[in-house]
Amino acid sequence: MTAAGDHDVILKLEDVSKIYSGTVAVKRANFEVRKGAVNVLVGENGAGKSTLMKIIAGVEQPTLGRILLEGEEVSFSSSGDAVNRGIGMVFQELNLFGNLSVAENIFATREITNRFRKIDSREQERRAAEFLERLQAGIRPDMLVEDLRIGQQQLVEIAKAVSLDARILIMDEPTSALSAAEVEILFKVIADLKARGVAIVYISHRLEELIRIGDYITVLRDGRITGQERMKNVDTQWIVRQMIGSDAKDFAKPDGHVPGDEIFRAEDICLPRVTGGLAVDHVSLSLRAGEILGIYGLMGAGRSELFDCIMGRHGHATGAIFIAGKKVRERDTTRRIRRGLALIPEDRQREGLVSILSVASNLTLASLSRFVRLFHISGAKENQAVTQMVRELAIKVADPAQEVSSLSGGNQQKVVIGKALLTGPKVLLMDEPSRGIDVGAKADVFRTMRKLSRDGLGILFATSDLDEVMALSDRIAVMSNGKLTGMFDRAEATEAALVAASALGHGPVPHMEPRP
Amino acid sequence: MTDIPAKASVASASSGSVLLTLMKARTFIALIAVLIFFSIAAPNFLSAANLILMSKHVALNAFLAMGMTFVIITGGIDLSVGSIVGLCGMVAGYLVLNGIDLQVGYTIYFNVFEIALITLAVGILIGAVNGLLITRLNVAPFIATLGVLYVARGLALLSSDGRTFPNLVGKPDLGTTGFGFLGAGRLLGLPVSIWILVVVAVGAAYLAKYTPLGRHIFAVGGNERAARISGVRVNMVKMFVYMFSGFCAAVVGLIISSELMASHPATGESFELNAIAAAVLGGTSMSGGRGTIGGTIVGAFVIGILSDGLVMMGVSSFWQMVIKGLVIIVAVVVDQAQRRLQSRVTLMQMAKAG
Repeated sequence: MTAAGDHDVILKLEDVSKIYSGTVAVKRANFEVRKGAVNVLVGENGAGKSTLMKIIAGVEQPTLGRILLEGEEVSFSSSGDAVNRGIGMVFQELNLFGNLSVAENIFATREITNRFRKIDSREQERRAAEFLERLQAGIRPDMLVEDLRIGQQQLVEIAKAVSLDARILIMDEPTSALSAAEVEILFKVIADLKARGVAIVYISHRLEELIRIGDYITVLRDGRITGQERMKNVDTQWIVRQMIGSDAKDFAKPDGHVPGDEIFRAEDICLPRVTGGLAVDHVSLSLRAGEILGIYGLMGAGRSELFDCIMGRHGHATGAIFIAGKKVRERDTTRRIRRGLALIPEDRQREGLVSILSVASNLTLASLSRFVRLFHISGAKENQAVTQMVRELAIKVADPAQEVSSLSGGNQQKVVIGKALLTGPKVLLMDEPSRGIDVGAKADVFRTMRKLSRDGLGILFATSDLDEVMALSDRIAVMSNGKLTGMFDRAEATEAALVAASALGHGPVPHMEPRP
Repeated sequence: MTDIPAKASVASASSGSVLLTLMKARTFIALIAVLIFFSIAAPNFLSAANLILMSKHVALNAFLAMGMTFVIITGGIDLSVGSIVGLCGMVAGYLVLNGIDLQVGYTIYFNVFEIALITLAVGILIGAVNGLLITRLNVAPFIATLGVLYVARGLALLSSDGRTFPNLVGKPDLGTTGFGFLGAGRLLGLPVSIWILVVVAVGAAYLAKYTPLGRHIFAVGGNERAARISGVRVNMVKMFVYMFSGFCAAVVGLIISSELMASHPATGESFELNAIAAAVLGGTSMSGGRGTIGGTIVGAFVIGILSDGLVMMGVSSFWQMVIKGLVIIVAVVVDQAQRRLQSRVTLMQMAKAG
């Protein structure tokens, strides 16, 4: 499997497993990182890439297995440990302190001090400016991080990692919020680091990017490593085959039913952003009964925020929504759910589930009033509904009284979907419904979406996965920078058109624009 | 990390479940332990008279602890209960002695039943103030209830200039007699306060287990954001728990002034700490989402028996405080150990399965 190479192996993972409550994120992975090369790691959402990298960076400790750094067994009890051994990481979710300046972020925990242990801000800012200069980011080191665009924040994160002078630098989707011009600059920085013998681990979803800069490639699927090769020996098809495996994605074919009348309409939805500007910028769309409308967009495009507005989670959002032609005047979530809206949030752990309650309690949480006589919850009725939902969605659980956190990610997601369905919705909002769940559960979720649309539900689903949006949607809306930048019928949508629309408003931005 | 500790914990996973059961029953074990210990160490401990007296002491703390349990399950804290006890006692005492002067030459006197209702309403009202501060004005529960703690205590002292309202027998011609019933009366051989405790406890336990409101209380404490998205009226749930806590405190205020037949404005100082201790001892998690009424009652009994038993043994009150503190710390340490063990057992089961 392993290609013999001219680059030395600097770090080696042996039989590493990581288990979270609810999911096995990495199973018996063997992974090698080579010096002076770009080691690419690919895999679908939830394949375990980020977890594997967090183990290398000392953020997470492996449940089983060992780590060898230059042939010597090591264990990192914290990211500080890993940094001391020369391992730096650019995190996917930004790990910055919004309330501190760029320079303070870059030197956090490694503050430059003078003889009296006082922080030497001027020296910090001077050094920070050097790193930022290399990234040509046009960011002043004394700016507050929370005032920066998300792409600029990503550059700060990169500058911070570069400033570590690491021997191994891990980059977890460093380009997800960067413009094309910024990506070019990043690649130049990477080439420079490579020349200096730094081992780079690079994670991305963008295959063309990987093929361009990678030297070695490792493919992960469902927490297992399915392929390791030199980049020059492989092509896109090989990568995709390793990523998806023989069981190609099961998207559940459209069944050819015809959508009915309009069931939902949003008009002119706006949501102001705290830092100025609009997170959701005058978005209007309509949805027919039995229709699946996919909303495609990159991270931070405003998809989740749009859903939040529709559910009434932001009091200061403006615009109007209509269900079956009738205006929804209720402004709070509780009554909007009663009107027939239901949201399956993107972040299962934070917003979808009450992890310490049982599967059954989670399923019925949003629809308790259905099982209540006077003020007494009828146990029999509740159990009946729970059993039915467990069967319908094929939730694998021995006993619904089990804590929901003991389920696997896919089954947890089904619980969240079941909770929404028990409220008897007319319109279902699904935010990244397939994030972080295994292939089998994904197929189940997609099948459920098809079935629901056949039953006449309107489904709005947001995703950043092109395949998914192409395969599942009847129509596709594209969002970028808070705006609706495209609306395609399934028949006329092409991947290129979607990608182009999703990049609108993300082009090279004039640096140092004045803040409102 | 090497594979040695991992293997060791796989081996301990099966024996872990026995340990886990013991840890889960720890409050009960503690209760039985203190009962056995004091029945041997303290003479007369098991006499009926002493058991009833102790139950009366325990009941006061148990009321407060029940209200506190709901508040803590939602992820909050209510520091004001002790002051509400004091203020409500003063309200009851004032009404028995003085009635309400209408300023037009008439004074209204209420009968005891009406006085009790008014006092309870005052308790609920103060709870509502806590709730409004926390839900509408976004004050942290600790700070909001700390503020109300001072305000309520100050009002209690102001109501009498710091003096005690003595001798609350009332006057037969005004219909204000019978205030002593709550504290001294008996039904079927048990003190009235015990009966009230039973009724409130059963009601609270029922609420927690079989009503939507109860389920929502747990959901709010477990994950407020998820609860909100599921359509739970988080603010209403929080209002309720603070109002219920205020209600419980008012009940205690009534019982204490009825037992003493006098209202003292300093009554109830530091009661909130005992209530928190009982809730925590009973397995309520300070981070919210976990706890039971039954556990809290057992916790209140452990603390109550411990302090009464130590008094009977003649242990100095200074040592009593040290011992009480240690018991609480041990309880929480065991609680944390149980959580860790539990999650380790499930993780290892999954590792074997997956």
